Amino acid sequence: MSKSSSLSNMVLGVVSWLWVGVPFTYGVYELVEKIPALFAN
Amino acid sequence: MDRWSGEEDYMQSAGFLSRDRIVADVGWSRWLVPPAALSIHLAIGSVYAWSVFKLPLHETLKASGLLSALPFTLGIVILGISAAVFGTAVERRGPRWAMFVAATCFSGGLCVAAFAAEIGQMWLIIVGYGLIGGIGLGIGYISPVSMLMKWFPDRPGMATGFAIMGFGGGALIASPWSSQLMKWFGTDRQGLAATFLAMGVVYAVFMTVGVLLVRLPPPEWEPPVVRTAATRPPHAAGPDRTANEAIKTPQFWLLWVVLCFNVTAGIGILERAAPIYRDYFPHAPSKAALTAAAAGFVAMLSLANSLGRIIWSSASDAVGRKNMYRLYLGVGAVGYLVLIVAQNASKPLFLVVCILLLSFYGAGFATVPAYLRDLFGYQEVGAIHGRLLTAWSTAGVLGPMIVNAIADNRIAAGVVGPDRYRWSFAIMVVLLLIALACNELIRTPQPPSSVAAERDTRKSASVSAVEEG
Repeated sequence: MSKSSSLSNMVLGVVSWLWVGVPFTYGVYELVEKIPALFAN
Repeated sequence: MDRWSGEEDYMQSAGFLSRDRIVADVGWSRWLVPPAALSIHLAIGSVYAWSVFKLPLHETLKASGLLSALPFTLGIVILGISAAVFGTAVERRGPRWAMFVAATCFSGGLCVAAFAAEIGQMWLIIVGYGLIGGIGLGIGYISPVSMLMKWFPDRPGMATGFAIMGFGGGALIASPWSSQLMKWFGTDRQGLAATFLAMGVVYAVFMTVGVLLVRLPPPEWEPPVVRTAATRPPHAAGPDRTANEAIKTPQFWLLWVVLCFNVTAGIGILERAAPIYRDYFPHAPSKAALTAAAAGFVAMLSLANSLGRIIWSSASDAVGRKNMYRLYLGVGAVGYLVLIVAQNASKPLFLVVCILLLSFYGAGFATVPAYLRDLFGYQEVGAIHGRLLTAWSTAGVLGPMIVNAIADNRIAAGVVGPDRYRWSFAIMVVLLLIALACNELIRTPQPPSSVAAERDTRKSASVSAVEEG
């Protein structure tokens, strides 16, 4: 496999994981924010 | 456009979606495949956040509680039916076709719901979101399963765990996001229409990336696994069976019961999570603090449900599918017994048990495709998975019915606190023990004939994957 093909594969990998990872992280963050109330009392 | 160019366009379009067009080039990384699957599952998983629309629909369109829940209920029922009906077509036409159809139906359903909200027709929201969107749910749910396991024959549990965790994660995203959209657009007819439309358009774009990214492994492709001689070999796939052959085996129906009762047991808690928490731990400085704590409990269960899918399913690649279901069902039964006996004596114990139970609920969904691969091979595993999902639809009715009927009866009888759930939890213990027995009876089926052995698609069936330990 050529160097440029390997690089484009890597870029595509990073972009595609960010594509799904960013919204998922947003969802988990919104969720985790609610959990401390469970231990407040 | 003349007749010939029209046909050519059609052929090119069909070609774009065909299996041949998505065979990966040498050097294509298999780690690009899970994001393709996730972009479908994160979108369709938003169905579990439907409850955020119930109040606005009640206030704006005067929909009753039952009516406003119908788009979700119908969507889940149609999910099971369409996965069973279209499973074979998904296998034959390939994942890109399936993802494209799923994206079209799911986003199209949301757009129909937007139009329905604009003109104030609740029945059309039910048709759009529940029926049209539900077909997208079923086809989308099974679309990446078979492909993922072919890319990761060494780790099929982890691969499907990724996708099915996405389905759990979809609700985590959609719940705050759709609430935010309704804050921006409002909750009158126009506001609801704009919210549904924005969701339809955004999900169409989001899912299209999955359609473009999806690839099938080239023939004779092998995973780049570095394994020393001392390491255990991966669990082999079972002898290949068609979906019609698989549903005639006892193994399929034993697994159907296992999935159905495992899901029923999980829904037992999930369905009434907030009221269960309030009944177990009613003492709080204020009503608002109690409501916030119950919301925190629900959030924690959602996280456990989502993480259980990837963690336990990945573990199944090392430990074996049968052993993992022993854990889900056996420890699950003990967990419900602990809730019955310990009641609210210890909040940390209650939380740990509930986290485990919900993680086992999610894991049951995520591990089952790999279990099917172990039993019936790769040939039509997606189609077989589709037929098995009717167990989910059944459990979706059974679980809430058991818990709500008994809890309502106990409340009417004046029972307070944890005793409200004693009988429904006891039923869950029995169901889990029946499922445990069914799991013990599952054996790898023999090939139907020597012909079947010859058509094994990827792996030798010489090693029984569903081993005893």
